[in-house]
Amino acid sequence: MDLTFVILVEMLYAVASLILISAGLAVVFGMMKVINLAHGEFMMMGGYATITAVNLGVNIFVAMLIVAPLVVGLIGLVVERLVIRHLYGRLVDTMLATWGLSLFFIGMVTLIFGNTTTGISTPIPGFTVGNYQVNGYNFFIILVSIALLIVMLAVLKATRAGLIARGTMQRSDMAAALGYSPDRIYMATFFCGSAIAGLAGAVLAPLVGLVPTSGGAYIAKAFITVIAGGPSLIAGLISSSTLFGLVSQFFTFAISPVIGEVALLVAAVVLLRLLPQGVTGKFFKGKL
Amino acid sequence: MIKTSATRDVVTTLVVAALLITIMPQLIGTYTLTVLVVYGMLGLSLGLIWGFGGILCFGQAAYFGLGAYTYAIAAVNFGESTLPMLLAVLVPALFAAILGAMMFYGRLTDVYLGVITLVVTLILFKFINSTAGPQYKIGDARLGGFNGIPGFQTLNVPGRPNDYIWGDAYFYFCAIALVIVYLLVTWLLRSSFGRIAVGIRENETRIALMGYDVAARKTVLFAIGAAIAGLSGALFANWAEIVTPGLFSLGQSAEIIIWCIVGGLGTRFGPVIGAAGLAYLKFLLGQQSMIDNTLIIGLILVFFVLFLPKGILPAVTDIWRVSFGRRKRRGARTRRGRGGRQHG
Repeated sequence: MDLTFVILVEMLYAVASLILISAGLAVVFGMMKVINLAHGEFMMMGGYATITAVNLGVNIFVAMLIVAPLVVGLIGLVVERLVIRHLYGRLVDTMLATWGLSLFFIGMVTLIFGNTTTGISTPIPGFTVGNYQVNGYNFFIILVSIALLIVMLAVLKATRAGLIARGTMQRSDMAAALGYSPDRIYMATFFCGSAIAGLAGAVLAPLVGLVPTSGGAYIAKAFITVIAGGPSLIAGLISSSTLFGLVSQFFTFAISPVIGEVALLVAAVVLLRLLPQGVTGKFFKGKL
Repeated sequence: MIKTSATRDVVTTLVVAALLITIMPQLIGTYTLTVLVVYGMLGLSLGLIWGFGGILCFGQAAYFGLGAYTYAIAAVNFGESTLPMLLAVLVPALFAAILGAMMFYGRLTDVYLGVITLVVTLILFKFINSTAGPQYKIGDARLGGFNGIPGFQTLNVPGRPNDYIWGDAYFYFCAIALVIVYLLVTWLLRSSFGRIAVGIRENETRIALMGYDVAARKTVLFAIGAAIAGLSGALFANWAEIVTPGLFSLGQSAEIIIWCIVGGLGTRFGPVIGAAGLAYLKFLLGQQSMIDNTLIIGLILVFFVLFLPKGILPAVTDIWRVSFGRRKRRGARTRRGRGGRQHG
């Protein structure tokens, strides 16, 4: 019974962290069709922003939920204005430019913070269930990812801004004809995507030892989750995160964590081969 | 006409190569030069499948690493280097053929192709990293996980395991291998296979409607690229005398792509010069500790994508043509008429 509970929490946590990792990319890649290979570095910078803010005396939750998204969002804004703006519609070029950016950020952070592992302790204590120790912070991550999904859904579906953004992504010329500036909307959307990436990096920061290269650990997972999710933003995110989270946790418990990671990647390759349009290319069509 | 332009091509290659092989060792030590040559070959492998076949492979490092590991494992087992060299070419080619067949017959294109090759590289990286225990071994060779495999038999004269090829001799060996591979690539691109590959890059549907088996041709080209990368991996293993999982890393894959972009896509010489140039730049940057060299490599890539997306070689060719081409326009045009520029 205890073990079942623990495994259940672990599975939920795995799914939630995949959702967090991929949400920012889902906005940038899924909506804007910008392949942002610097996504992992955005997350990494979110983590560093949190740690810096905490060291300066800011409350850790404020640092994670407000400071980090703002900082990373602003960095994203600068990047969009300087680089990405010139490359919309050139898929391969954006991919290469953002790869360059990711190397640049790694170098920059190494220069500022040094090539050492930093970290902060988790703000929520763990507790025991029977013979098992459960990390209380896992529940926080699950909560944040649920809240994030609800906010994203609400903004995209229920607000005017979300409607305009979705419309512009579909037909920017139409949006322009109706008097909205696609340039600004792209800028704002990229800001939101970067901010979500920053939030994710910040929330996950207490769980990992942060080094300048830790973005690399996220990027592949984020990409396969978003691509396997397919055209629908939120439904795709939930379905592919659930699938990959369950597969990797199953193999982690059954064999070992490394095999769990490998199983996730193999599942992704098989899934892409079978459903090249992603999960929501076949199921849940037309949902958001 | 084709015959003469082909002859001219071969003669130019040989003359330039001979000049470089004689002059360069005077400027840079042969030890550093060897690895530049090896990287040049690796750049050429991606330049072939990406620049001419239009297949953007994010995992060229996988074949590089696979070649190096195959060589190391086989060399430990055989205690001799001839067969391991052959295996180091065949194993990556076979692996690529299987992976390629899976992707191309599934009609996967650009982004999906990129993601799958990236993921496969990651799988290999993670797997090799986790093989530290003594239970992971192939024959006598322990995979060694994060520490890699040191101390294998390095290149020897075929049939005589005690006559090692090393130092200056090894540099000339690698340089000549690169020239041979380069000429083979030239030949391949001039053959009908190469022309159809370029056709597939330009318009896949049209070539398919003409009755060519696009998937099969892409798979073969992909495997050839992997074979070249595998060979360069084996040469690298011989140079470094150790193989580590770092060969499979994403950073390595990134670098190969950057070499091609900077050197110039759709050319044969561009990726080679891009690889050697940037690797040397990295070597020089590594000697100073002021600025982190990832930062500079990143800036170079962003700069090239934004301002010089065609790469150095085509840009230089264009400048050359604008400044000196006018007087010779007639000669230039007849030469270009046979697609000479395409193969630049």
